Amino acid sequence: MTARRTLSAAPVLLAVTFGVFALAALSPFDPVKAYAGTAGLTASQAELDQLRINLGVDRPLAVRWWDWLTSALTGDLGTSAVMRQPVADVIAERVGWSALLAACAFTLAVLVGTALGVLAARRAGGPLDRAGSALAYTLEAAPAFWLALLAIWFFSVRLGALPSGGLTDAGSDTVTPGQVASHVVLPALVLGVSQLPWFFLYVRQGVADALTEDPVRGARARGLAERRVLLGHALRSGMLPMLTLIGSRVPELITGALLVETVFSWPGVAAATVQAATSVDFPLLAALTVLATAAVLAGNLVSDLLYGLADPRVGFDG
Amino acid sequence: MTARTVRGAARATVAAALITGVAACSAPGAGGAAAADSVVVGIATEPESLSPLLGYGKDGNSKIFDGLLTHDADMKLKPALAEHLPEVSADGRTYTFTLRRGVTFSDGAPFSAKDVVFTYRTILAAGTNNASKTELDAIAGVEAKSEDTVVFTLKYPYAPFAERTVLPIAPEHIAGAQDVNSGDFTTRPVGTGPYVLVGWSKGEKLSFKANPRYWGGEPAVKRFTMAVIKDDDIRATRLRSGELDGAILPPNLAKGFAEDRSRRTYAARTFDYRNVTLPTHHKVTGDLAVRQALDIAVDRTAMVDKLLEGAGKPAFGPVPTDSPWFTAGTERRHDLDRARRILDDAGWKAGEDGIRVKDGVRAAFPLWYTSGDKIRQDHALAFASDAKKAGIEVTAEAGTWEVIEPRMKTEAVLAGGGSPADPDFDQYLLLTSSLGGDGFNNMAWYDDPAVDAALAEGRRSADPAVRKAAYDTVQRRLADNPGYVFLTHIDHLYVVNDRWDGLGTQVEPHDHGLGAGPWWNIESWKPEPKQK
Repeated sequence: MTARRTLSAAPVLLAVTFGVFALAALSPFDPVKAYAGTAGLTASQAELDQLRINLGVDRPLAVRWWDWLTSALTGDLGTSAVMRQPVADVIAERVGWSALLAACAFTLAVLVGTALGVLAARRAGGPLDRAGSALAYTLEAAPAFWLALLAIWFFSVRLGALPSGGLTDAGSDTVTPGQVASHVVLPALVLGVSQLPWFFLYVRQGVADALTEDPVRGARARGLAERRVLLGHALRSGMLPMLTLIGSRVPELITGALLVETVFSWPGVAAATVQAATSVDFPLLAALTVLATAAVLAGNLVSDLLYGLADPRVGFDG
Repeated sequence: MTARTVRGAARATVAAALITGVAACSAPGAGGAAAADSVVVGIATEPESLSPLLGYGKDGNSKIFDGLLTHDADMKLKPALAEHLPEVSADGRTYTFTLRRGVTFSDGAPFSAKDVVFTYRTILAAGTNNASKTELDAIAGVEAKSEDTVVFTLKYPYAPFAERTVLPIAPEHIAGAQDVNSGDFTTRPVGTGPYVLVGWSKGEKLSFKANPRYWGGEPAVKRFTMAVIKDDDIRATRLRSGELDGAILPPNLAKGFAEDRSRRTYAARTFDYRNVTLPTHHKVTGDLAVRQALDIAVDRTAMVDKLLEGAGKPAFGPVPTDSPWFTAGTERRHDLDRARRILDDAGWKAGEDGIRVKDGVRAAFPLWYTSGDKIRQDHALAFASDAKKAGIEVTAEAGTWEVIEPRMKTEAVLAGGGSPADPDFDQYLLLTSSLGGDGFNNMAWYDDPAVDAALAEGRRSADPAVRKAAYDTVQRRLADNPGYVFLTHIDHLYVVNDRWDGLGTQVEPHDHGLGAGPWWNIESWKPEPKQK
């Protein structure tokens, strides 16, 4: 299944990159103006025209896309105009930090969401369930950047317990694991908490439904311990929709990271995406979109694989 | 894989997460105030590139590099990589610089005339994506006459040319060996300046360390970090928590530190103006009476007090009232009655809805401001409300430059600008009639022959008295025929820990990057003697 999926990813990626070029070309933003910035406000029209030719944005859309694609296939991702450096360098120095942040946040969301979901489902309608559900709906409605500001205000200003931004303390020049560990806590917490409600609500619903199904009734009738019933039977069947969710939450995680990375000055790819998009930086935008698309496809693949593991009725070749 | 292995994997993941969590908790919290020889400041924007060839540091104070000349605290030119101020030929078209001897780049290689020639020639090359190269338009050629002599020849006599030579010099042996637009040099620069770049984590911070080889002596502040924090509130928060030693802040947040005795607030005077363009090609804004009426109908003092919380000055032209270039007597008082009289006399009569009409033309026009810019939005709304009182309907509209640009010829824009080094720099581009509609220059298509003549005189003459007279003429004409209504000059506020001596601010431009702020001369800061 993995091989087949990989094969079918190729046309998807191809279509996505063309879509990015087309959308960027249609966007009202002008790459020349974005490149020139405030200097462009005092530049002469002749200089701006020269810049347009140098950046290659005067050529038709299809030509630009084809050029980018053919050189990308040979390993040359082109040059990012907004970053003034090769696209490969931009991504290489950032993708690791984004992956770290996303992995921490995702782990937090899945684990805590599942645990709370099971507890809430055990006593559906109980105080934990009610409080948890209400909170989950509230958090789901709260924008990630607002949560981020709230978290900074509380943990950094009020308690002074955690650093409020950056990868390391602003004054330190070396990146040590200890520094990164303390700096990743707040962004990961905010990103995780903004994703958590989905897992909580899905697991809660899934497990609550499973608790009324025959296998659970059977297990109880056999006199199994409640704990075993809950985790071994109800959770296992109630978890299925949650696994689907893992795949479909990846795009949300990426968009959430856009905001969180910006607020926390986290030097990841998401922050670069915002810049690339507003500056209509075609090569960087296309490369980042391919990356995001690959992440989504991989997320879907992983959730399908997990599905097969969790539910013996699902085959891998179906 | 069986269900058992999945469960095992899940346990391992939980364990790993717990360990990470514990490690995170035991890690030290936010660092407190660092040693006195290390300074961390919070800035709002970061440069796209650190290469002078692409425009970095073109107005001086680039930390990593030096120009031939530099500005002192009073914005007077003084030599840097040049040994003294340039010799200018009698026709004003040849500038000869003698270079300082014994200067080396931070990698140890010697600096010489060929680096200067390389820098200017590369910037002016068509293939270099430097959006500021228009500023060097006057240069016809640059040549190295010897190891330590550089000669610039100009296309036309250009009095303020020396002000442009604060532009940083790049090393040819490094920058010349790579792609100027995307090479390593744009992110890992090497220069002759007081600081050496240690690391640049884009979107997070730039770290510098003192350059022990610096020709001006090694700076006392050994480590200097600029943390990039876009959000004003977060910057203020990180300053309060002690992580930052200083930061740029908007007036409302700077006020929160006013009572703090361990920190000082620096208000930098600026040329940073906000104005409203009155397009010549619009039936209402092109009318002289409407222009004159709007110019005195706006309450500039109220804008400074309410919109800027006092951190600014009323503006009557591009030159701020406290500059030596300002023409005394061109201040205009807020006078609503006179504004109404001017309009009445010119035949603009109030219609049924209170908006004036003349020859079937309603006194109404749109005013565009860039979306997301709160200061411009506030100014636009205040301007519209003042105009309404005089019977002119101004509709404030938000848009990006892409939306605004095609409309600039006939619709008003809330614009900004300002360059302190020389009056020619912003006034020539803003007011010369032939530059109407050239990019973003002369957005209002202002067209006044007397102003054109004075601007040409001002840039050609080397005589300070003639130049002063020329810019006086411009300012007087601008009062009689205001093609732009200037509203305010905005102070830039910085809050800094009171731990060093030698701090102050220069007069700052509109576009204030890394070179602005009290840290413009961080290389000459000295730690304050311990008081405890």
